[in-house]
Amino acid sequence: MKAQSMPANDNPNSVWKTTLVQAPPAVAWRVFTERMGTWWPLSVYKIGKANAVDAVIEPRVGGRWYECGDDGSTCDWGRVLLWEPPSRLVLSYDINADWQYDPDLKTEIEVRFIAKGESATRVELEHRKLDRYGARRDEMRRIFNTEGDWGRLLAMFAARAAEEVSR
Amino acid sequence: MSRTAVAATRADKALDAFGDPTRRRIFERLRHRTRSVGEIADGMDVSRPAVSQHLKVLQQAGLVVVFSQGTRRLYSIEPRGIAALRGWLDGFWDEALTAFKEAAEREASRERKR
Repeated sequence: MKAQSMPANDNPNSVWKTTLVQAPPAVAWRVFTERMGTWWPLSVYKIGKANAVDAVIEPRVGGRWYECGDDGSTCDWGRVLLWEPPSRLVLSYDINADWQYDPDLKTEIEVRFIAKGESATRVELEHRKLDRYGARRDEMRRIFNTEGDWGRLLAMFAARAAEEVSR
Repeated sequence: MSRTAVAATRADKALDAFGDPTRRRIFERLRHRTRSVGEIADGMDVSRPAVSQHLKVLQQAGLVVVFSQGTRRLYSIEPRGIAALRGWLDGFWDEALTAFKEAAEREASRERKR
């Protein structure tokens, strides 16, 4: 199942996503913050040379947000800007358009955990201040905002195959 | 966005590089470990200089990196290039949030059973 985009998701400097999770806010918060390494797509969204084996958020304002490599190395991704369990988290995301850490980048990710009844949570995520990417804002916004779309992927491969056949 | 008017994005460059079947085969040979030009060419019906040329294109597309080990030059996959390509295809936050939702729901169902 895909995360849903807000209908009015047209701010060029931010991306807005929401997903309904069948878990109470306390569990959703814990999995998001304490167990990020169990779900973050570490094989792809990582920046270090080593294989990434964990993603860690230090549980306090000013704490580091980083990946751990299988060789013991760590690579910073950002910092904790706001820590309000189990309802609100703001992180800085300081990875530039070349997928390298830049402590001065400071794009922001706000995550809100909103109870829906007793056993569900709506998780809203806003990735903002994308203007910090400067000339590469649109390229990066597209990456953050794209909805997984296998139809488009298949169409692309079909086009590539057709190009090769016609060579 | 016109490709002639705007500099190609990293994903564009990667896709263009993968448009050539020999380059895709070279890339596949680096999937599990680093190799020298000779090791890559070994078993392929492509000359070493041709392999070097393809590696240069893959490097410029941000998909492959070269490093030295003693006197040997070794090639390996550049994970950042893959991140750009995967983000372009699947969407960074959609992929991450979908995986988060599954993990949180697994955890909640474990707790209910306790």
